[in-house]
Amino acid sequence: MDELKIIEGKYIREDIPDFGPGDLIRVTTKIKRGNKMRLHHFEGRVIGMRGSGTGKTFMVRKISHGIGIEKIFPLYTPIIESIEVLKKGKVRRAKLFYLREKEGKAARVKEKK
Amino acid sequence: MLIGRKIGMTKKFKETGEDIPITVIKASPVFVLDKRTEEKDGYKAYVLGFGKKKEKRVKKPILGLCKKAGVPPVEIIQEFRTDDLSKFEIGSEISVSILKEGEIVDVLGRSKGRGFQGVVKRWGFAGGPASHGSRLHRAPGSVGAGTYPGRVIKGKKLPGRMGSDRVTVKNLEVVEVNEENGLVGVKGGIPGARGSIILIKKKGNQ
Repeated sequence: MDELKIIEGKYIREDIPDFGPGDLIRVTTKIKRGNKMRLHHFEGRVIGMRGSGTGKTFMVRKISHGIGIEKIFPLYTPIIESIEVLKKGKVRRAKLFYLREKEGKAARVKEKK
Repeated sequence: MLIGRKIGMTKKFKETGEDIPITVIKASPVFVLDKRTEEKDGYKAYVLGFGKKKEKRVKKPILGLCKKAGVPPVEIIQEFRTDDLSKFEIGSEISVSILKEGEIVDVLGRSKGRGFQGVVKRWGFAGGPASHGSRLHRAPGSVGAGTYPGRVIKGKKLPGRMGSDRVTVKNLEVVEVNEENGLVGVKGGIPGARGSIILIKKKGNQ
């Protein structure tokens, strides 16, 4: 499968920081409407990652006006302008789907120092 | 015209964020072993060989061809019809650089074997209702008329062995050419399992 990586390797972005489930991140995406380009921020908790190579995606959850919003981004898509890691989370599982059933204080994630 | 092996699938992104599915094919080394000529054989074709194999593991007739052409032992040989026999010499290697990104090619392979399959999977029959006492679930239903013609017509779609067929996928775009490693990437899926033998044909007998 090394030969697959030769082709794939070119499209793996080096400028994406290292982060994982539990981390609080801000994803800045480029949105093009007509000729105008603007940036859009999405700030939330990473609740899971899946896939490998260029097909890798991650899932971000946030609470907006009392409603839970989840977004799945391809990790290496050129749409992403930048990703900022705001807080490292300390979690014990790879998928944090249990957060969906929790609210407020119960939905906290411990911070990694 | 190249012979290769399917490596696997991946994807890349367009600037707009759309993704392009890629099937990666390893198409090297490919050698010209022989030519079929109008005078001698009545048609024009190149005989190509692909793959690396230990000399003692190669079948004798193939080994003989390789020796004659002065190339290392190959695994598979395949003829490709052509109109122009002057492009490659016997004994020369064909590189993946004969393909350009953006070029349209046809890809041939052998589809994955599915074993003995019923009509729903094999021919896309609708099948019957699952419940309400139906008794006709995935059965083929009636296979013919009555006393006349009194037989089942030939070619009737029935259950049987499915897959492992030679399948051509036409008009695939070449999206990656890596000469150094002999890799070609085409847009979309191609028949066969990873590691199966794949033929790549350029448009118009060349």
